[in-house]
Amino acid sequence: MFIKQVSVFLENETGRLSDYTKILTDNHIDMKAVCIADTVDFGILRCIVDDPEKAVNVLNENGFTASITTVLAVSFENVPGALHSVLEKLADEDIGVDYIYSMIRSETGKAALIFKVGDPEKAGEVLKENNISLLCMKDI
Amino acid sequence: MIWNKTAECAERKELEKIQLTKLKRTVERIYKNVETYRDKMQQKGIAPGDITSLEDLKKLPFTTKDDLRENYPYGMFASPLSEIVRIHASSGTTGKPTVVGYTRRDLENWAECIARCFAMAGGDKSSVVQVAYGYGLFTGGLGAHGGAEYMGASVIPMSSGNTQKQILLMKDFKSTILCCTPSYALTISEALKKAGTTTDELALESGIFGAEPWTAGMKKEIEKGLGIKAYDIYGLSEIMGPGVACSCSEDNGMHIMEDMFIAETIDPKTEEVLPYGEKGEIVFTTIGKEGIPLIRYRTRDICSLMPEKCGCGRTTLRMSRVMGRSDDMLIIRGVNVFPSQIESVISGFAELTLNYKILVGRKDNKDTFEVHVELAEGLAIDDIKFVEELRKRVDHDLRAVLGIGCTLRFLSEGTLPRSEGKAVRVEDTRNLSERV
Ligand SMILES: [Zn+2]
Repeated sequence: MFIKQVSVFLENETGRLSDYTKILTDNHIDMKAVCIADTVDFGILRCIVDDPEKAVNVLNENGFTASITTVLAVSFENVPGALHSVLEKLADEDIGVDYIYSMIRSETGKAALIFKVGDPEKAGEVLKENNISLLCMKDI
Repeated sequence: MIWNKTAECAERKELEKIQLTKLKRTVERIYKNVETYRDKMQQKGIAPGDITSLEDLKKLPFTTKDDLRENYPYGMFASPLSEIVRIHASSGTTGKPTVVGYTRRDLENWAECIARCFAMAGGDKSSVVQVAYGYGLFTGGLGAHGGAEYMGASVIPMSSGNTQKQILLMKDFKSTILCCTPSYALTISEALKKAGTTTDELALESGIFGAEPWTAGMKKEIEKGLGIKAYDIYGLSEIMGPGVACSCSEDNGMHIMEDMFIAETIDPKTEEVLPYGEKGEIVFTTIGKEGIPLIRYRTRDICSLMPEKCGCGRTTLRMSRVMGRSDDMLIIRGVNVFPSQIESVISGFAELTLNYKILVGRKDNKDTFEVHVELAEGLAIDDIKFVEELRKRVDHDLRAVLGIGCTLRFLSEGTLPRSEGKAVRVEDTRNLSERV
């Protein structure tokens, strides 16, 4: 039910991001989703990859501070209001959403979003009860 | 317990009277007996008679380790060898060792100082003192030994090394006080743990540790590992050896044996005397010594002085833990900054590695000051708020310790160069000539 996201600390320095993508490339790691949150002098890159443990290992070996965070991948119809109904369910249950971002690919006619929530266990239950489909590692 | 109430709890006025009398006597002695001092004083145009108050101390020349080296081995002695009963020497990392000599009275005074330290650590004549400092030319072993014996304790002259035997005797002889370097104390405590010996099997109550810099974190570890209270002892062979100052039960600075030594803190660059509380290089003038009295000896140790009366009842001036060496000092925006201070702050954060770099530069006629630290591997850094808050905490602690703000930069672990021998922690790109 859960997805392992890789979070990477990036110094704000030209070329740092390409250092990162080079490591993934050299180690044949496929990136399924990515987003960057940035501040004045550093950024945190969040990504979903096919082999998160390996990614963290090789990143650490290459001087990146990287760690794994538990997130949810939610799939729903790509129609207006669909995301709202998901968020509404979570809000009703008082589950805070820290951030969301989109998957690079999704099934035709569907949207797939990564959700980082305060309580992933509870969020998972709530979404399942409401027949909202959650993707697991092998689905993505 | 206070070993010598008259000396340690004296009214300031009384103490100053004693200090002045002894200072005058010392200056007369060195002027008469030590050529280097006579020359130095004559160059400054001062004679012993010019010293009429403690304030006049400022008129006297400084003494450095180089003076001792140039006068190797006995040139700075103020007593003939016939009066010297003991010689110690510090192993010079470069060149010749520095040699010091003690008269019989010097050894008595030294023992008196160390007995006061033992008393601060709760020792008395019923104590069993295990001396695990090295015996030999180094002042630690014989110094602690003499003081413990003088107090009337039972002394176990173990010297350093042979950790298994240290532990065996510590258990069987029921040692109550351990004296050694902090790093050796840590070694003993680790060996104890490895052997499965619990602190309940020991009679150890306290430890007096010194002769090398150590951190508060290390102190806690030693206290826990040995089940004791740890005390800091300060000293250097040039001045006497261990026992120049020692921390008391309040654990808030080390009491200086002021009837034997006058302490000043100076700005290491300008040599100006600093007010109490400000950190600077501590300078000692020995006022009871016969063998090798030193005037305004520059220790290179950075600390600050605390004049307030201590909770333990002693009135003597206290010196803070040594924060660094004056050779490492940086002046940033007019404030003295020591890399060791930054090290002590970052070592308090499990989220950071022990690697850091200090970058000092100059922009728009202002000093720029950046500190680069590394985030430890395995840190859950998903959250920006977490990183920002960590930064705020580190920033706050650095500012509290340094007295000025810096630009803090987080780097990934392994980004900073690893030390191979002595790490280069400081990059100062300021053109100092334009600062005049
Ligand atoms: Zn005290």
